[in-house]
Amino acid sequence: MKIVVCVKYVPDAQAERTFEQDLTTDRTSVDGLLSELDEYAVEEALKLVEAAEGEVVVLTMGPEQATDAVRKALQMGAHSGVHVLDDAIAGSDAPATSLVLAKAVEKIGGADLVLTGMASTDGTMSVVPAMMAERLGLPQVTMASELGVENGAVTIRRDGDASTETITAQLPALVSVTDQINEPRYPSFKGIMAAKKKPLETWSLADLGVDAGEVGQGAAWTTVESFTARPPREAGQVVQDEGEGGARLAEFLVSKKFV
Amino acid sequence: MAEVLVLVDHVDGAVRKTTSELLTIARRLGEPSAVFIGAGYDRAAAVLAEFGAEKVYTVDDDQVTRYLVAPKAEVLAQLVQQTSPAAVLIPSNTEGKEIAARLSIKTSSGLITDAVDVQAGEGGPVTTQSVFAGSYTVQAKVTQGTPIITVKPNSATPEAVNSSPSTEAVTITLSAAATQAEVTDRKPRERSGRPELNEAAIVVSGGRGTNGDFAAVEAFADSLGAAVGASRAAVDAGWYPHANQVGQTGKQVSPQLYVAAGISGAIQHRAGMQTSKMIVAVNKDEEAPIFELVDFGVVGDLFSVLPQATDAVEKSKG
Repeated sequence: MKIVVCVKYVPDAQAERTFEQDLTTDRTSVDGLLSELDEYAVEEALKLVEAAEGEVVVLTMGPEQATDAVRKALQMGAHSGVHVLDDAIAGSDAPATSLVLAKAVEKIGGADLVLTGMASTDGTMSVVPAMMAERLGLPQVTMASELGVENGAVTIRRDGDASTETITAQLPALVSVTDQINEPRYPSFKGIMAAKKKPLETWSLADLGVDAGEVGQGAAWTTVESFTARPPREAGQVVQDEGEGGARLAEFLVSKKFV
Repeated sequence: MAEVLVLVDHVDGAVRKTTSELLTIARRLGEPSAVFIGAGYDRAAAVLAEFGAEKVYTVDDDQVTRYLVAPKAEVLAQLVQQTSPAAVLIPSNTEGKEIAARLSIKTSSGLITDAVDVQAGEGGPVTTQSVFAGSYTVQAKVTQGTPIITVKPNSATPEAVNSSPSTEAVTITLSAAATQAEVTDRKPRERSGRPELNEAAIVVSGGRGTNGDFAAVEAFADSLGAAVGASRAAVDAGWYPHANQVGQTGKQVSPQLYVAAGISGAIQHRAGMQTSKMIVAVNKDEEAPIFELVDFGVVGDLFSVLPQATDAVEKSKG
């Protein structure tokens, strides 16, 4: 089985994230890393090939440092990596991102499964997997909290707002996984050493046959007009419970007319 | 005035509150047209009329609900082509965002997700979103195609304006690509009897500090008529269902009042509740970051503070 896992390099959510002058996400002044939610996709891919046979190819697009995200996945155990790197990509919106990733999946070729996380931890739109399925014409089997592959078909459990669904599709398919599906491994020392020798290719847009004019901020189908830092919350009243904390809490809620 | 398509969020015709909010927003942008997919329109008709739908497109076709997401995107794409709407408004839940994603590609139209407000502007709707775990608000608009906007619950106060919508039954021929991922089983989620987490005016959540005992959290929630939430730590420990998780990878809620009990307030949790109008916390650790966000906080043991508060609330209700 051949699995392509799409991963994203994102600004650390623990840091003070902000915007660039051109209103895009600041990806330079804040340290980046492999989006935490993508680790679940990498882990699931590794489990699948460990249970059967196969290879895991990690795919990313993004600035030079995005290689770090691929490297982390290789350290976890993925076999090879592809980094789509091109100045024209900066500022791409979700449709353009899905275009580049879909073209790269096609160029990698032969994937039985395309795996992604449930969302990036920066943009948090959760739309790129569905967009890629649409572009690639693959069955969309998304938000898997459990996943099994058997007899050339993938079956997942999807916990929706109103119901829990079982979804089945023939391979090849595009699958996104939630943070409920597994417990991602940490890279071992051996894995970290082995990752240094694993193949990691860098492709440009031209390598994918994507016109630079189709991607980037200039080609985005949406535009950010302005951003405003949320005003810090005014310091509230914090009391020590000395036996009457619950009563004081209730008084506060009554005074605010919640009771 | 151009139509504004609103995808109706319902379970067998029981319309969710988000739909009345979306219809209210749609009236700012044009003439609301509701798109009702699935069975049970008879139950839904009155609500759609009450909140001002001028027209209702109905699609009652087993094929559309038998396959995941893609068929609904094809229905909307067909209607976008037929009506050239001023915008398409879709509820910002898992399925809604995925439908919107596919519609965006099908119609080469810009997509904005998780809007908390939408207003008419020059050259199209202007959206407000809350980003980076609620630390910024962003104004944005769609610059290509038909604006497709997914809107979060509680983004508008529903305004009733009675209308008498015309209805049009839509027939659709699905593509082969749309019928690949089959829903082979669907189990309705068990109802707790409490309000829906992302629609509730009050949410009471428990975290690591509950040590797995949510009885005090639930009792306090019930005294306030609130929904019950849980932190990721509590869900990962298996103490509460994932459907109740508040945070970056769970529900993002924005109630009038959010009560965090035994929750430290890590960024993953803040991303799900930071935009609440009022925040109250109970935590043993006075250094817990949650206290930076609160309007009122109690440093103390939730197992003594919450029951006392529950009693006091019950008493003042009389």
